[in-house]
Amino acid sequence: MLKAILVTLITLTSTAAVADIHPDRQTELIYLLKHDCGSCHGMRLQGGLGPALKPVPLKRWTAEQLAMTILSGRPGTPMPPWKPFISPQEALWLAKHLKSEITP
Amino acid sequence: MRTLLKFLTALLLIGSTNGIAGESDSGCLTRGTGDMGIIVERASGSLKIVDRTSHSILFHVDGLGDLSHASAVYSRDERYAYVFGRDGGLTKVDILCGKITKRVIQGGNSIGGAISQDGTMIAVSNYEPGGVKIFSAADLSLVADIPATQVTEKKGAKTVGLVDAPGQRFVFSLYDTGEIWLVDMSNPSKPVIEKHQNIGLQPYDALISSDGRYYIAGLFGEDGLSMMDLWHPEQKPRKILENYGRGNKKLPVYKMPHLEGWAMAGGEAFLPAMGQHQVLVAQRGSWKETGRIKVHGQPVFVMARPDGRQVWVNFAFPNNDTIQVIDTESKQVVKTLTPGKGALHMEFSPRGEEIWISIRDRDEIHVFNTSTMELTHKLSVKKPSGIFFTNRAHQTGL
Repeated sequence: MLKAILVTLITLTSTAAVADIHPDRQTELIYLLKHDCGSCHGMRLQGGLGPALKPVPLKRWTAEQLAMTILSGRPGTPMPPWKPFISPQEALWLAKHLKSEITP
Repeated sequence: MRTLLKFLTALLLIGSTNGIAGESDSGCLTRGTGDMGIIVERASGSLKIVDRTSHSILFHVDGLGDLSHASAVYSRDERYAYVFGRDGGLTKVDILCGKITKRVIQGGNSIGGAISQDGTMIAVSNYEPGGVKIFSAADLSLVADIPATQVTEKKGAKTVGLVDAPGQRFVFSLYDTGEIWLVDMSNPSKPVIEKHQNIGLQPYDALISSDGRYYIAGLFGEDGLSMMDLWHPEQKPRKILENYGRGNKKLPVYKMPHLEGWAMAGGEAFLPAMGQHQVLVAQRGSWKETGRIKVHGQPVFVMARPDGRQVWVNFAFPNNDTIQVIDTESKQVVKTLTPGKGALHMEFSPRGEEIWISIRDRDEIHVFNTSTMELTHKLSVKKPSGIFFTNRAHQTGL
């Protein structure tokens, strides 16, 4: 299962598919990031019960790794898997945004 | 002549109030605060100060920083609200004047606070750097700094579930290291810290019973809660409601439950399960499980109406558009409401005839009559989250 997601992510990165997220959906994703991810990571992504999601602390992971975490969660921590609500393509888009400083 | 004099005096008095009843020249209200409250506007770092009786907004206050997950306590005269912000800000707000009296950035990243039994100290719990700082309620000057157990060289454990307890004490839990600490501030210059270790895995929040006797921490890392009888600290914290999830798959939790607010009704406590769409019921004292109520999603707040007859529950994403009402006698869900997406926070009026609910995505507060469970009023508030009424000033743990 994890392997399948990883393969999808790598395929997505190598194609230009990430750009194809509808602007309305982009707005929804940013809203979700701010208000729902924000309940643990802080509305300004400065961290809370979960770690800060700013470019500097995220530097040590690739966008694919971050997308993987968004989709599958982190066992042993409160980070849940978001794949019922976010597609691999959308997760990668979010991950890239997080790495390139986004202020929701 | 005397009548004329009275009339002239009355005219003078009216003139001095700027034409608005109860408002003085300074723009401050001259009234009691017992039916007032504040509502946090999380996205804009602002507050609305409200009148509970007329269901109206009295003031808008800006400049409180990052208010995601903000909470507040009140001074014992119910005039000042102390607001704890995510950016480590501690702000003292004069609710009669609608103004910030004092604001300090006391930590990097905070999660909540408490006011001491005698009202002289404010304690703030921090995620970063981890630990609790205690301030003078009067001028927000630092009284004591209590660093948490170190987790790494730079980081202390995240402190959660901070409450006040009788005997000038504060009680809190340490998320990363699984501890409960009691801090006795009877002598403010010499805090006495009592540490209890191995209380359970990843305590994420806690509550104290309204009489100040029982402190209960919810655990994320295992099924169960950790309970401490503060009348008998020598008995140490012990696990209660262990293994409530046994035999069931643990469901993902998209928002951590909040234990602040004590759902105690008819001698039983109603508590949110973690990773199960259930409300757990336990007998006060023995803490034996007496029931489980299947609900609509992962419970976040489980709050008892002040008379204990109903428990109102809201839910984590993706079910946060729903509120359920449980009848505590039959332990049945008697009503399911869908007021809108982002039904984040609930606050009962002190005698329970009303409940105010923040509906984030509608930018509204919905007020329900708790007998009929019908919507009675709406208020416009931008991205509302926490609602805090002044009666909290006189309640241990709130």
